[in-house]
Amino acid sequence: MLSYIARRIMIAIPTLLVLIVFSFLLMHLAPGSPFTQERAIPPEILANLEAKYGLDQPLYVQLLQYIKNVVFHFDFGPSFVYKDRTVNEIIANGFPITLTYGVLSFVVAVVVGVTLGACAAIYQNSWLDYITVGISIGAQVLPNFVMAPILVLIFTLMLGWLPGGGWEGGQWQYLVMPVIALSTSYMASIARLTRSSMLEVLTSNHIRTARAKGMPARRIILNHALKPAMLPVVSYLGPTFVAMVTGSVVIDMYFSTGGIGLAFVNAALNRDYSLMMGVTILVGALTILFSLIVDLLYAWIDPRIRH
Amino acid sequence: MLTDTGKIEEMATRMAEQDVRGRSPWADARRRFLRNKAAMTALVVLVLVALFAAFGAQFTSFNNEDIDFMVIGQVAELGYPSLASGHYFGTDDLGRDLYARTVQGTQISLMVGILGAGVAVVVGTLYGAISGYVGGALDNFMMRIVDVLMAIPYMFVLIIMLTAFGRSISLLFIGIGLLSWLDMSRIVRGQTLSLKHKEFIEAARASGVSSAKIILRHIVPNLLGVVVVYATLLIPSMIMAESFISFLGLGVQEPDTSWGALISEGARTMKFGTLWQLAFPLFFFVVTIFAFYFVGDGLRDALDPKDR
Repeated sequence: MLSYIARRIMIAIPTLLVLIVFSFLLMHLAPGSPFTQERAIPPEILANLEAKYGLDQPLYVQLLQYIKNVVFHFDFGPSFVYKDRTVNEIIANGFPITLTYGVLSFVVAVVVGVTLGACAAIYQNSWLDYITVGISIGAQVLPNFVMAPILVLIFTLMLGWLPGGGWEGGQWQYLVMPVIALSTSYMASIARLTRSSMLEVLTSNHIRTARAKGMPARRIILNHALKPAMLPVVSYLGPTFVAMVTGSVVIDMYFSTGGIGLAFVNAALNRDYSLMMGVTILVGALTILFSLIVDLLYAWIDPRIRH
Repeated sequence: MLTDTGKIEEMATRMAEQDVRGRSPWADARRRFLRNKAAMTALVVLVLVALFAAFGAQFTSFNNEDIDFMVIGQVAELGYPSLASGHYFGTDDLGRDLYARTVQGTQISLMVGILGAGVAVVVGTLYGAISGYVGGALDNFMMRIVDVLMAIPYMFVLIIMLTAFGRSISLLFIGIGLLSWLDMSRIVRGQTLSLKHKEFIEAARASGVSSAKIILRHIVPNLLGVVVVYATLLIPSMIMAESFISFLGLGVQEPDTSWGALISEGARTMKFGTLWQLAFPLFFFVVTIFAFYFVGDGLRDALDPKDR
């Protein structure tokens, strides 16, 4: 197990470096400087500005400096647009919000999805099964940017139950729609995955043996069927997590929740390169960390993977 | 014995007279697909959507840019869908004809979907086939690259690309395609590994065919089934990715539009009571994505019967 963990970490480190270098080069290969504006800046001021942000150095010096700052000091540098704020401050502002509804959506997607899928498999061909299958097929075509307006239409404009946006310190009314919008399509996929793998496991030999021994159905399912049935679901957790983070862009835009997604889109519109890179690298690091956790979880469930 | 010798003889002569024609695996697959009602219905829907994109503009006198000054400022009261005014789907917030805009959005979304999937399929198939066929250290290296790229949050990188190099549709579909060939290459590599020890490949190698030619002439055609199925399922995810970016206002630029941009506009204006601005683009989006999924499922059942 230890050597497996070590091997996995050996892949994670270069991945992060590639991400940093790649996004850095993309930014710096772009035509025009971040200070290109409609009204030309006098050359002396431009030179001063570039000196302040280190843009007058050769590219590789800038790159090494940037990597050093990010890796050793967690410092993403100053924002190119908001002159008095650093990227770290902007991220620290929005990240807790994104984390709150992101983690909630993730938990909802996994818990509801697994429960629905497992129940559908246990009561195969019952009304519960049909409803689950129906929902999971239908929800495939309801990504977050489709769910968000539909939810607002129903719960805000028609029923008037929930506020159409805002955050207000994360009170539950402001959380309901973002969480549903983010989790629906992934909940459906997880339910479908769980159902099909559970059906397969329930017909396998070790379950039949447990039944023949007279073990109660509840214990068979909880102790023997659930763990192997979880394997495909666990490998799907990585993509789900990425989708929650990516989806936060839509959620922040549509519900004005003020997470890092908003910072990212605004940065894209303002060409605030350092902020875009900061968010991308943070998200990438989280993704890499999470896929590491998922792989370890997978190896723990299925000992065959380790070797 | 209960056999009727007369009947058996009759059958034997009949079989001798008729020439027995074998069915190719492709013909088999076609029969299976044609019998699949859900997939056939979905295919018809897709053809209708494609016809709408291709010829829809012929049936209206408006285009996607012109502003109807009769309805401007009173879109909620006058811009509703009606046959009498010629705005079949109503108008958008600026008084532009939504039917014409939906036709144009459908064209762009379908184009991005198909071209993006095309880029992903070509790159992914060649990459996976080369990696799997050559094997060894090169395979190891190429797959490590895929592992590394897999961990990159590609939607963010795509937005960075669009910001850095300017927003354009061509960059959008090249970017979406280039960032989503990874799964394709893994699937193709797996298939190639199982193909490469088959006798016909050995025979080709023994008769001195070059590696490049073996990959292109013998490996790739045999991968076609898997590739076709995966490509069909890739198109809706390309359309979704484009819609996602256009929803954020970072994709197609005015006056061009796409489903994502139209849904975004409709979602923004629905509180003014102009629900049709959301409903029509959303309908086309949902129906098309659904249809692609069903066709993809049908193709999988048809081309890969062992998977059922």
